[in-house]
Amino acid sequence: MNKAEIRAIYLQELSRIAPDIEPETVGDNDHIQEDLELDSMDVLNLVTALHERTGVDIPETDYPRIATVALAVEYLKGAMQ
Amino acid sequence: MPSLGADMEAGTLVEWLVKPGDTVTRGDVIAVVETQKGAIEIEVFEDGTVHELTAVPGASVPVGMPLAVILAEGEKPPAPTPAAVAAQPVETAPPERKAVPALPVAPAGPAGHHRASPAARVRAQELGVDLAVLQGSGPGGVIILADVDGAPIGGERQPSEPRSPIEEMRRAIAATMTRAKQTIPHFYLSQTIDVQPAIDFLARRNADRPPGERVLLGALFVRAVSLAASKIKIVNGHFVEGVFKPANVVNPGVAVALRGGGLVAPALMDAAAMDLDQTMAAMRDLVSRARTGRLKGSEMTEGTITITSLGETGAEAMAGIIFPPQVAIVGIGAPQTRPWVIEGQVVPRSVVTLTLSADHRVSDGRQATRFVSEFETLIQEPESL
Repeated sequence: MNKAEIRAIYLQELSRIAPDIEPETVGDNDHIQEDLELDSMDVLNLVTALHERTGVDIPETDYPRIATVALAVEYLKGAMQ
Repeated sequence: MPSLGADMEAGTLVEWLVKPGDTVTRGDVIAVVETQKGAIEIEVFEDGTVHELTAVPGASVPVGMPLAVILAEGEKPPAPTPAAVAAQPVETAPPERKAVPALPVAPAGPAGHHRASPAARVRAQELGVDLAVLQGSGPGGVIILADVDGAPIGGERQPSEPRSPIEEMRRAIAATMTRAKQTIPHFYLSQTIDVQPAIDFLARRNADRPPGERVLLGALFVRAVSLAASKIKIVNGHFVEGVFKPANVVNPGVAVALRGGGLVAPALMDAAAMDLDQTMAAMRDLVSRARTGRLKGSEMTEGTITITSLGETGAEAMAGIIFPPQVAIVGIGAPQTRPWVIEGQVVPRSVVTLTLSADHRVSDGRQATRFVSEFETLIQEPESL
């Protein structure tokens, strides 16, 4: 899986959890809680979806590392290798 | 059309999920209705066979009006409507009965002046009701309090200007909360509670679990409220027609903020009987259905106490407004790191402030404080939840 594919999965799952978010409007450094207003249940659902799609079991202590598109792509790419 | 909230006047039928001839069992979802609080799934009240669907999708149906005819086993279909058997009318309608207008017409009289009781004027101003659109039912056509309470809020608006769903929801929240604040004598008890044991317990528990099986702090709060409410029964139930009726199960309403604004507080049915994993799974399901607008009618009406939590970031305390006909709401602020004294030592701990809003018609501080103490005891022994 390359970075563009990871990015697409992340944005797809993000807009499935929050249908009002349009993927093309999400900035690389938008924070999912501070900027996109996800709550703790939304974050857990995003982590669950990313785990299902990429196989990466993101532990709670790593949640800050998927908090933006840019961070998540790097983190997931690294974890999948 | 069932009432799906104390201030609901009508609902719009979106779709039928059954057809004539179908067998239905009490609790089956048979229709979807659009309300101010979003689309709600309607459950059938009885067992039987669908005989006729009298309401058509798209129709706005007042609360209390039949949507369908369901026959119990062995029951005969009702007689056809009077119009169909004109030769032998079942009931005689007044010959010149006029259709009731959708909006009451303005009473004749000098512009800007409407005869209304002082209480009705005050209430109309508070609720944003235009007296000009009301028909008075008091002596000599005077508008009285009951006329205002039964009026559509913001009656100045013409039906040709449809409100957005978010406007509708705000109006529903405004109406319910205004009535709650005006009719329920609230009192409040607050306690700041050490939740470090609960946070540490979850960190250990979630560490070796895949994301789909992890539990949030909110689920522990729901467990603690459910168990505390099943013990301290005076905060769990409904106040109806001047009498408190304690509930024999705990159905905690969980306030869910909706993206774009507004909130709903659907109930987690019989939460005291669940374990922690079941509670978490039920909350995930409830939140996702609240977001996508597929809650059930029973979840909207059968809550017995409400929990409102600010989540993991935000203000440290919140005093909620009771959701009638319930008699208590538990507000839980976001966890804060604070210096705390443990065994004579000052140490940093995560604490939350719980605020119980309770109905003084039903309980007083002495009883309410037992609930707060029970919650504190439970949340400090998270393994027991």
